[in-house]
Amino acid sequence: MKRAMGIILTGGKNNRLKELSLERSITAVPFGGKYRAIDFVLSNLVNSSIVNVGVITQYNFRSLVDHLGSGKEWDLDRKNEGLFIFPPYLSEVGTGWYKGTADAMYNNLTFLLKSDEEYVVITQGYAIYNMDYMPMIDAHISSGADVTMAVHTLDDFSVSERRLLGMVDVDETGRVTDLQEKPLNPKGNLCSMGVYVLRRLLLVELLQDCAAHGHTEFVNDVLIRNVQKMNIQSFCFHGYWRPLSTIQLFYRSNMELLNPRVRAELLMDRRRIFTKVKDETPAKYNEEADVRNSIVADGCIIEGTVENSIIFRGVKIMKDAVVRDSIVMQGSVVCEGVSLKNTILDKDVVVTAGKQLQGDRDWPLIVGKNVTV
Amino acid sequence: MPRKEMIALLLAGGQGSRLGVLTQNIAKPAVLYGGKYRIIDFTLSNCINSGIDTVGVLTQYQPLKLNSHIGIGKPWDLDRMNGGISILAPYTSGESGEWYTGTADAVFQNIHYVDEMNPDYVIILSGDHIYKMDYASMLARHTSQKADATISVINVPMEEASRYGILNCDARDHIVEFDEKPKEPKSTLASMGIYIFNWSVLREYLTADHVASATEHDFGKNILPNMLQDGKKMVAYRFEGYWKDVGTLQAYWESTMNLTERVPDFNLFDPYWKIYTPNPVYPAHYIGENAKVTKSVIAEGCMIQGTVRNSVIFPGVRIQEGAFVEDSIVMSDTIIGDGTEIHCAIVGENSVVGNQVRIGIGDYAPSQYNPKVYEARISVIGSNTVVPNGTLIGQNVVIDNGLSPGDFSTIEIPSGGYVMKGGANE
Repeated sequence: MKRAMGIILTGGKNNRLKELSLERSITAVPFGGKYRAIDFVLSNLVNSSIVNVGVITQYNFRSLVDHLGSGKEWDLDRKNEGLFIFPPYLSEVGTGWYKGTADAMYNNLTFLLKSDEEYVVITQGYAIYNMDYMPMIDAHISSGADVTMAVHTLDDFSVSERRLLGMVDVDETGRVTDLQEKPLNPKGNLCSMGVYVLRRLLLVELLQDCAAHGHTEFVNDVLIRNVQKMNIQSFCFHGYWRPLSTIQLFYRSNMELLNPRVRAELLMDRRRIFTKVKDETPAKYNEEADVRNSIVADGCIIEGTVENSIIFRGVKIMKDAVVRDSIVMQGSVVCEGVSLKNTILDKDVVVTAGKQLQGDRDWPLIVGKNVTV
Repeated sequence: MPRKEMIALLLAGGQGSRLGVLTQNIAKPAVLYGGKYRIIDFTLSNCINSGIDTVGVLTQYQPLKLNSHIGIGKPWDLDRMNGGISILAPYTSGESGEWYTGTADAVFQNIHYVDEMNPDYVIILSGDHIYKMDYASMLARHTSQKADATISVINVPMEEASRYGILNCDARDHIVEFDEKPKEPKSTLASMGIYIFNWSVLREYLTADHVASATEHDFGKNILPNMLQDGKKMVAYRFEGYWKDVGTLQAYWESTMNLTERVPDFNLFDPYWKIYTPNPVYPAHYIGENAKVTKSVIAEGCMIQGTVRNSVIFPGVRIQEGAFVEDSIVMSDTIIGDGTEIHCAIVGENSVVGNQVRIGIGDYAPSQYNPKVYEARISVIGSNTVVPNGTLIGQNVVIDNGLSPGDFSTIEIPSGGYVMKGGANE
């Protein structure tokens, strides 16, 4: 037991999630009615008995830190281990902002050195999946690899989505022979999930070596540079997996929750997904409500029509409003007679009476936080 | 440690025998209410929302569920270094250990707990009611009046007044007379069973009551009349607002049904007076392709494929395709089978109502099991019970907790009927 610790990388700055990530880290993006993206990875770690977890943050981490708190909702408020959050800091040798993922981990080397677990699981905080990391750790141990990398097949990812992933080539033994980060012409059908298992002390060594050479990125500088030298094994995960790297993927994976198979695997599994508690009262449906094929969270008041949509906590949908194929985040109000289609309302948006908003299936319309339409 | 101005003692030992199978294995304060809560949550939330951070919960009857529900008080923010929540169960010490013999005795037995906290004031509460009340404003009246005891009162209709402890007051709302369940009430101010005492005064009276001979060790019957007799200053604090004793199946069902109204009498959506409870780990609920949900309250983790009307559905409930649930309460994690039809029923936790079952059919008939408890149209299905496929159940039927299909000797249970493990004279 207690064989592994966890590190969650919350990613650099990107605006591929448009308005949704303007004011928050991509890992703090709301998902599925009551979650934020990072809940999945964090719950995966806890459900894999990994309870010493560092979250490395960089951009717009306020809402992420607010969400994580002391970690008690993930049962990570522990005496000795638990949840540790590492925002960038200034020191005599440090320069403040992390220059890359390896640099970020290197800056928090003390955390790695003070821990005593033999292995480290490094993860990305913005992917939606429900995975037990233990079989992967077991595979890592039995294969004798230096690093084990979780990979996923890309059957239902478009070319533009593949361009944003790390494409992987493996040989017949499962050893990774090539790794291309965000290639322009993606080849093959395997990508890295951004989940790595390796010995803690090897990681320390690799980070020190990387820093000594003035390098900063874990994928580019540690893995890709050493792909021939090190034995990097792949571990194929066959479950549902979606990185929220574009608005299309964000929209698509939310909508896929309406599929009972996906919902059962992601949310109703024995391995539960934990999130911050809001103490909302159960949702209330009034006489006029007509809701079909939708997910509705606590604290909502529904008087309108809702179809194929995800309704987050504390949303009000008033009479004669019609919400179709849309995502309405926490605290938003959809007034009387409004029509929404293929639209994403961020938190605390008010759509005033009679407004009609329509996006496209491939380009959903996004209304940013706190906006009144 | 900083001293506490006021601490709360919450009497949660009541059985609530008129809730039938709902309180067979759990105390009344632990009964589920409102789609997510247990009855005690309202009083506990009132405490923390009023700024009371030290609460002693006195348990006696079937405390297991209550204990696990309360835990260390985290959901109410009552996990504190200094104070917080303490569960005070009856105990033995030397030769004197015994069950609590009355409400006053229960507090007397825990004098040392209060002494340790050393508060100026103690508020006595019960865990039986649904209401929102600011105890701080009651305390403000108590201190400004320099009273020895303050009793919270509510105006009740004259015809119901003889069910309550009635207070007769002078023009300044000073209490001059205390009538416990009077035949001919002189006023309509009913005691809500919420008292604030100066601890030093109460301590004295509890000690005297403990050794007195003709006493029932009860606040309403002994302590308060004794204080009044001795000329202690006792004032009434008028409460206006929603306050419901959900102690009978009919009252429980009616007040729950009211939550489905467009503007319910009791507002659970108040962001400034939240009601706290442990939050189960569930995803948001899912309403299916062919579902129809109107005028209802639906909690997290539910999967609704059928029709739900005018009902309150607790977390994790599954209502299958073709099922029809109306005017009913379905408690946590229960499954309602395909094509099953339920009218006017309360279905307990963790039960399975099979496929093609019908509940609430036919005409009302008095209960053959216990007409004192089961006196309404409502049929009650216990917790952890499996109702076999195709069962036909009338109105005012009671089905025990923990039954398996083998316990049903017939699949037709007419109105007023029952299926109980030990038979009728259990």
